[in-house]
Amino acid sequence: MSRALKIELGRRYRFSASHRLHSSQLSEEENRRVFGKCNNPHGHGHNYVVEVSMSGDVDPATGMIANLADLDTFVECQVLEEFDHKSLNKDVAAFREKVPTTENLCIEIFRRLKSFPKAKLERIRVEETGNNSFEYTGENLEGNRP
Amino acid sequence: MVLLTRKIEFSASHRYHNPNLSAEENRRIFGKCNNPHGHGHNYTLQVTIEGEPDPVTGMVLDLKELKEILEREVMQRMDHRHLNYEVAELAGQIPTCENIARVIWHLLEPKITQGRLHRVRLYESPDLFADCYRNGANEAGKS
Repeated sequence: MSRALKIELGRRYRFSASHRLHSSQLSEEENRRVFGKCNNPHGHGHNYVVEVSMSGDVDPATGMIANLADLDTFVECQVLEEFDHKSLNKDVAAFREKVPTTENLCIEIFRRLKSFPKAKLERIRVEETGNNSFEYTGENLEGNRP
Repeated sequence: MVLLTRKIEFSASHRYHNPNLSAEENRRIFGKCNNPHGHGHNYTLQVTIEGEPDPVTGMVLDLKELKEILEREVMQRMDHRHLNYEVAELAGQIPTCENIARVIWHLLEPKITQGRLHRVRLYESPDLFADCYRNGANEAGKS
């Protein structure tokens, strides 16, 4: 296998969830100013797309970096089951104290998927809508902002 | 450095099957992709070239030239073909996205004479793709 090249496998997943951008460290007025309509008290929702990129050696016997069924099951168990058709603020423990922006969502999903045993997680890219997307490659993972 | 990307689409059939494995192992590992008579996809290929724009033309690489290279090296080889049987460069390999992207990289790289090949991204479907980079191009994924 050529070591001069790096091959990555990319897979896209979808989930739908609600969220509300609100920081307990800001006043009501500041929350409204900073987050605008995303601060609406009863929340709102998105159809999120999560793009997962994994790297690794291509197994000559299978032609694959990782078996897709293994990756799909892992993502389903680690992320989709807990996030899909849920309130990110209320149903996902990580967002009880942290604002569920898509930046923080990228970091949380990266944290959940980095232990995939068959390949190395390179990047999480999340599309909040067709017009907004966010990427995280795992820098400073231990030192995430609160 | 500036990146430019050209997209093309081709349609091809393939089958995942390793003759060194038993029929049962092939079915277990590859699932329905092991169906004996194969199946097909509409592939989307995104080829990204890196370089500095030429001060006279303002181009990293003439897109017409890139279009011709892609037509010759990829379309004529792979479009409306069976990847297992009709593409010599894939002989003996399982024609996964990963392997096809790597083969395309090796076909294109020597043909790019202005700028240089930065990334090959091959979509088998909108939800499954492989990227091929030069190892060490750490910023590559941000493009």
